[in-house]
Amino acid sequence: MSFADASRRPRSVVIKAVAVVLGLTLGFGLAGCTDGGGATPAQAKTLVVGATLEPASMDAWHNPDASIPQVLLYNVYETLVKVDSDGALKPLLAQAWEISPDRLTYTFHLNPAAKFASGNPVNAAAVVANLDRMKADAKLTGTLQAQLAPIASYSALDEHQVQIKLTHPSLMWLYDLTTTVGMILDPAFSGDLNNATAGSGPYAFASHDKGQSVTLAANTAYWGTPARFDKVVFRYFLDPNAENAAMLSGDLDIISNLQAPDALAQFSDTSRFTVINGTTNGEVVLGLNHTTKALKDLKVRQALTMAIDRKALLDTAWNGQGTLIGSMSVPTDPWYEDLTATNAYNPQKAKQLLKEAGYANGLTLRLRVPVVPYAVKSAQFVASQLRDVGVTVKVDELEFARWIPEVFTKGDYDMTIVAHTEPRDFGKFANPKYYWHYDSKKFQQLYANADAASDEAQAVAGMKASLRYLADDAAAIWLFALPNLVITKNTITGLPANASSLSFDLTSIASR
Amino acid sequence: MQLAGRILKRLGVFVVSLVGASVLIFVITQALPGDVAQTLLGTQATPDEVAQLRAQLGLDRPLIVQYLDWFGHVLVGDFGVSHLSGDSVISLLLPRLAVTMWLVGLSMVGSLLLAVPAGMVAALKRRSWQGVLVSASAQAGMAIPVFWGGILAVMVFAVWLRWLPANGYVPLSENPASWARHLVMPVVTLSVVQAAVLIRYVRTALVEVLNEDYYRTARAIGWRPMGALLRHGLRNAAISLVTVLGLQVSSVLVGAIVVESVFNLPGLGSLLLTAVAQRDLLVVQGTVMFLVLAVLVISALVDFSYVLIDPRQRAVQEGR
Repeated sequence: MSFADASRRPRSVVIKAVAVVLGLTLGFGLAGCTDGGGATPAQAKTLVVGATLEPASMDAWHNPDASIPQVLLYNVYETLVKVDSDGALKPLLAQAWEISPDRLTYTFHLNPAAKFASGNPVNAAAVVANLDRMKADAKLTGTLQAQLAPIASYSALDEHQVQIKLTHPSLMWLYDLTTTVGMILDPAFSGDLNNATAGSGPYAFASHDKGQSVTLAANTAYWGTPARFDKVVFRYFLDPNAENAAMLSGDLDIISNLQAPDALAQFSDTSRFTVINGTTNGEVVLGLNHTTKALKDLKVRQALTMAIDRKALLDTAWNGQGTLIGSMSVPTDPWYEDLTATNAYNPQKAKQLLKEAGYANGLTLRLRVPVVPYAVKSAQFVASQLRDVGVTVKVDELEFARWIPEVFTKGDYDMTIVAHTEPRDFGKFANPKYYWHYDSKKFQQLYANADAASDEAQAVAGMKASLRYLADDAAAIWLFALPNLVITKNTITGLPANASSLSFDLTSIASR
Repeated sequence: MQLAGRILKRLGVFVVSLVGASVLIFVITQALPGDVAQTLLGTQATPDEVAQLRAQLGLDRPLIVQYLDWFGHVLVGDFGVSHLSGDSVISLLLPRLAVTMWLVGLSMVGSLLLAVPAGMVAALKRRSWQGVLVSASAQAGMAIPVFWGGILAVMVFAVWLRWLPANGYVPLSENPASWARHLVMPVVTLSVVQAAVLIRYVRTALVEVLNEDYYRTARAIGWRPMGALLRHGLRNAAISLVTVLGLQVSSVLVGAIVVESVFNLPGLGSLLLTAVAQRDLLVVQGTVMFLVLAVLVISALVDFSYVLIDPRQRAVQEGR
């Protein structure tokens, strides 16, 4: 027992304790010096990217989690074609492609230089092997199975040419190929896709530190423009404040998507930070349940739309950041049109329409939203505006894991708010089983005809008509499209302005 | 004999608490709406696909069967496999446990290093300004929510001064210096808040000592107040202090979960939060079970530590 020796003056114990504490503090201080000093030499060039959703695995074929393509698409796995920041189709593994006049046969000319990180060539046989593998895989995610469905047959014409035939013309199909379904895996790979990758991109998976980060390393054998960083670390944050603090303290090079726009003010120092404010594919939809009696009535749906001042909502709920949209489409879509004037804000007209529909004495609707910032903030605003036209709104906030079974699966709701973040996803309105239960034969017809139109201009025109129909029919209420708010250090350049795909595309990013 | 009886009784309480906790944990996690099958399949899945996956994962069996299956395996150290990532729960837990243990352990030590000297000052100088200052600071310290203290520390030391990383973690084995730099702020934050609570107990226990005969005797034979307190007071005060410390463990663990979130540390807390959000129930159950086990073991150790601290207890138990 070492409290104090009776023969000694116990005061020395206190002094010792103080010395220990001081020593520890100094120790940490010194440790700080060595750490800071050791990292500076111009050796490995590392890019640190802050993100919010951590992938559970690296296997995008059996896990629908959007956090996987965020890291892997274009960076680790390449596709035949990709979409650029403006939403346009660009060559990647295929340097060119031809579409037959009946729009059923696609011929892709592969870049002869393309090779996997293993050194194996990305040739026609590799593309065919990927299609074979996915077609034979019963456990493939539902999305991928649906995207493969239009393929009737495929074959290798020669070493570098692949031909794919569709069962019916489809405008969407080529765009689908730019997503996870189009990722080409090295056919020679036989490891565990959960924690290994085998792609042809400028980076390869290096490690996954669960709960913290995913690290990519440069693919030194890359066939295209070499990677500009030796290492890219995606660091994951459960708490957006922690992510902002890490950026402010200089630990991060990039925040891949700022979670709350009111945090923008923290990054106003232009000598340190650059703010990129572009668009995403995320439409914030006030979904209407078309099996609710009142909501089957077009007049009610129009009235609800007109009762909400969406400009004011965007200013209040999302600091004015984002784009007002009038239908299920965003500015980077080839068929985008500004439809915000359809059923524009007009509370007088809304009241009148409600009266005509037989709800002069009021109407009560449940608004069940997941607990995510944009939905909770928008819901409060929507409830107050609808109250002004005589609609009582019962707001109910659900944890996301509860929102899915109750609202999404069982359809137990009248109205809900959720962002639909997949690209080009308005075809969902053609599926009456989807949680809106929107069953419009007219729209289904318009959409099917547009997708299968015999030339591209006609197809795009058809898509526009479909989107206009959705807006006129007030199939849902489109509040706004989420902004792509990216914060970077001033030394980082080359970031795409818009998040037009699920990928956080590293290929053009450089550091001064 | 008495000692054996006491150990047996303690063991009985331990087993009953453990089984009780396992039932509670299981019932509460099962009551959560939503399930991992839905998380795994995403929003594209049809209800049939979800039902099929539930059956595959054995989630459609009667609850009592699922419970017995789970707890039976836990008893032999098998916590199951995460449905989401396919990793074994133990392999997910262990690296996280290391982070939380460093955080909790160092914070307990830190809070004692702060609270004992401060408590002594508060007791000895309780009628002068130094004592009042210590007591007032302790009150203020208790009023600070852990997360707020953490955010404040980040703002000052990481964002303004840029002395320390704002958050994150590096394992000790990878880079000891970086490990220490990442842990300083979380540990200090948690220590200060815990110390604020402890100071009051230290002070009360020592004030009692000051009124004891043996203290007066020590003073009478020429010991200075501080010396007498160190030599004769601390061990006497230690009994109640250890009791409080044992009780504090659970609140430090809760505090650690908050601190882990503020400092983005990959500990048990963040594992638990993510697993709950994704309804990865075996991971939730395993983590909570682990925490319960830790608290039970520590409170058992606290009970036995009385014997070490207090020779009188030893004498009674050994029948002398």
